[in-house]
Amino acid sequence: MALLVSKNVTKRFGGLEALKDVNLEVKEQAIHSIIGPNGAGKTTFFNCVTGFTTPEVGEILLDGRNITGLTPARVTKLRIARTYQHTRLFKTMTTVENILVGLHSLLKSNIIGSTLRDPRTRKEEAEAVEEARRLLRFMGLGGKGDLMAMNLPYGDQRRLELARALASKPKLLLLDEPTAGMNPSETQAMMNLIHRLRDELGTTILLIEHQMRVVMGISELITVLDYGAKIAEGTPKEIQNNPKVIEAYLGRGSVQEDVSSSSSFGAASTAPSST
Amino acid sequence: MQSKAPSPWQQAIQWGLIGGGVAVLLSLVGMVEAFSKRFIVANAFTMGQVLFMAPVLLLSYTGIRRIAAQSAIISALASMLSGLLGGAVLGILLVIGDAINIRAMFRNASPVLFQELAFHQGVTTGVFSLLLAGLVMGGLAAGVFLLPRRLRGAVIQAAIWVLLVGLLRDLIITIVAQWVEKADAFPAWAQWAKAAILLIHGLFNKTIFAASGIKPVSAIVLFVLLGALQFWRAGKPIQAPRRLALTQPQQQRKRLLIMAAAALGFILAPLILGIFFAEILDNVGLYILMGLGLNIVVGFAGLLDLGYVAFYAIGAYTLAVLTSPELGFFNLTYWQALPFALIASVMAGIILGLPILKMRGDYLAIVTLGFGEIVRLLVLSDWLRPWLGGSQGIQVIAQPHIGSKVLASQQDLYYLFLVGIAIVAFIAWRLKDSRIGRAWMALREDEDVAKAMGINHVLTKLMAFATGALFSGVAGTIFAAKLTSVYPTSMNFLVSINVLSLIIIGGMGSIPGVFVGAAVLIGAPDLLREFAEYRYLAYGALLVIMMLTRPEGLWPEERRRLELHEEEVVEALPEAEAVPTGE
Repeated sequence: MALLVSKNVTKRFGGLEALKDVNLEVKEQAIHSIIGPNGAGKTTFFNCVTGFTTPEVGEILLDGRNITGLTPARVTKLRIARTYQHTRLFKTMTTVENILVGLHSLLKSNIIGSTLRDPRTRKEEAEAVEEARRLLRFMGLGGKGDLMAMNLPYGDQRRLELARALASKPKLLLLDEPTAGMNPSETQAMMNLIHRLRDELGTTILLIEHQMRVVMGISELITVLDYGAKIAEGTPKEIQNNPKVIEAYLGRGSVQEDVSSSSSFGAASTAPSST
Repeated sequence: MQSKAPSPWQQAIQWGLIGGGVAVLLSLVGMVEAFSKRFIVANAFTMGQVLFMAPVLLLSYTGIRRIAAQSAIISALASMLSGLLGGAVLGILLVIGDAINIRAMFRNASPVLFQELAFHQGVTTGVFSLLLAGLVMGGLAAGVFLLPRRLRGAVIQAAIWVLLVGLLRDLIITIVAQWVEKADAFPAWAQWAKAAILLIHGLFNKTIFAASGIKPVSAIVLFVLLGALQFWRAGKPIQAPRRLALTQPQQQRKRLLIMAAAALGFILAPLILGIFFAEILDNVGLYILMGLGLNIVVGFAGLLDLGYVAFYAIGAYTLAVLTSPELGFFNLTYWQALPFALIASVMAGIILGLPILKMRGDYLAIVTLGFGEIVRLLVLSDWLRPWLGGSQGIQVIAQPHIGSKVLASQQDLYYLFLVGIAIVAFIAWRLKDSRIGRAWMALREDEDVAKAMGINHVLTKLMAFATGALFSGVAGTIFAAKLTSVYPTSMNFLVSINVLSLIIIGGMGSIPGVFVGAAVLIGAPDLLREFAEYRYLAYGALLVIMMLTRPEGLWPEERRRLELHEEEVVEALPEAEAVPTGE
């Protein structure tokens, strides 16, 4: 059964149609990928689902409930969480504090309770910290709880962002390029982690990804967007052989396995300029 | 990595000219003259002379640190060149001042100033003295720089202490003299205390201080003693940089102990220091209260509020309207009116908060600034004169009472401030490490992501504004009760700026920083009456220097220190042994 349904979603920015009539179904406990060339509207779709923007046309349903146009805070309470293309941690807060913010929607203490620190608040706070440390251990960040987020190495920052998203106990987790900038072993670890999230926690995962090896290796279903419109959907095998997909990518670069689009595009610009 | 560095001489010339320029500035704004009567070391040099020689010394020192020449001789020569140039710039001022009358343009270019600049000699001798003094300053800077690190620290600190003691001579004498009077009334069993006081009195009056400034011999002894003390203290092993551990019980206990000691000090302060200090402490307390409130809005939640004085005004005026028999509306007592005043402040915070929820950065600053001005103009207006008194203000405001005792004296009110600050600081401290405090910080760091974490930004921001306004309202009511009158002129825009400056200087988001910032910005100028006129000049200079050298503030919040000095922290980690690079 479908957890997330997007019906005829259209989003315009001025004259530009970032999303055109997108229909999408994410099945419960699936690992579903959205791919497409740069500017295809993938992140815009994420923003529509999480309430960062509101589509002009169409609706988004979670478990059959219309969530179009809800605020990001409300969407989070309905247990959708996301990560960002460029890591967006609370940089000057500690690792644990970052996760405690992620737990925010599950905690109840108010301004008076926080001032007086009554037993209930104290208990809730202690449990929240315990939960945060447990999550950190799960993500392999145990022992780094009191470091400032900005002082973590890049890979740890990405994992912390994922941990923060998991803190709100999401049913649906949106990952925006979770392996961007990672080396092959970190990428492999991230893929294993995504599998574990689905298998152990039962989280449904919708991800945007550029590295074809990851997409093909992990996804059960792939949706391809190009210029805001859905041009194909299917299993990794079907997508690989779909002429429309190959055409969409060929104009800009290559869709060969193991070649991430970012590295193939970046090659030209990194040529050394003599100084 | 190394770009073509300017030669040591170029640098030396640059820093020397800057030093001379600063010295000329301080002379022409009148600071040198204002301090020309105050000896630091009796019959040796005055604070005025310190004010025009110190820039030369300090900038020569800055220069020599930047130059970092290989050989000590080049460093020393470059530094002396800086000093000489600084002296030369002052010499030029002296010559010009002697040749033509520049008072038409520079009101403070008075004969007293030029006498002070010329070390009370003729122009020619004066110019040569200045050049020589500049040279000596440069040499001194080089000498201090070339000392081993531990000794250097000791020398610098000792010099600063001697300067402070000399500067505060009158205050120290006053405090001690006041205890001599009190000691007469001591009972028989406390005669030893009386003897001790008399001994200290004699020591200060006869041995250390002259009629103005420190006696030369005492100054040298004091310098050596303090230097030795600092040298000994610097010998202790330096603590390894701590990680940001907020939960360790050991650290918490240490913090609690420090707080208890501080509390005791605060309670005894006006008793030990006397009435004059109670007045200063009251002013500092007022700004601490406001600082703690604005610290929540600006420091915790990152919302730049330039109209903070508005809530203070609303607190003060609500109390005034409710209690003053002059207006004759209600005639409540202080305690009866207090809750209404606080509610009014909080409501104002929410009312201001609502329209600016979606604004960030500059827009927020401008709108809040406007709000502050609107409130000031409203209380000033003729339109509201029957209710708020217009430019006449409101008099005969009720003072708080406990039982039948009215808290009217500066010392009584000090304790009212103390209780207010204790409550407010406790709330601020508790909120900081709580769900709401984290929500504020998250909003400050990245509003979009914070929203996506389920943080209701409307409620959270309004709560920051309301809490800040509440604290400011508390300050306003105590202020009104202290003066027993309120005037629109005290609800000046500069109040907001003062509070913001003290937060920046103390350290954004840091609760102890508010105390330090208020002491430095509000307390210190009050201690030195001559400074009062140059308060804002000093603020400006201090803010610029702070931003350049210590942007995290005097007592920074730990996370902000780490943010701004990450490299040093990383360098200090044992794994990353500092490998000298090609510098």
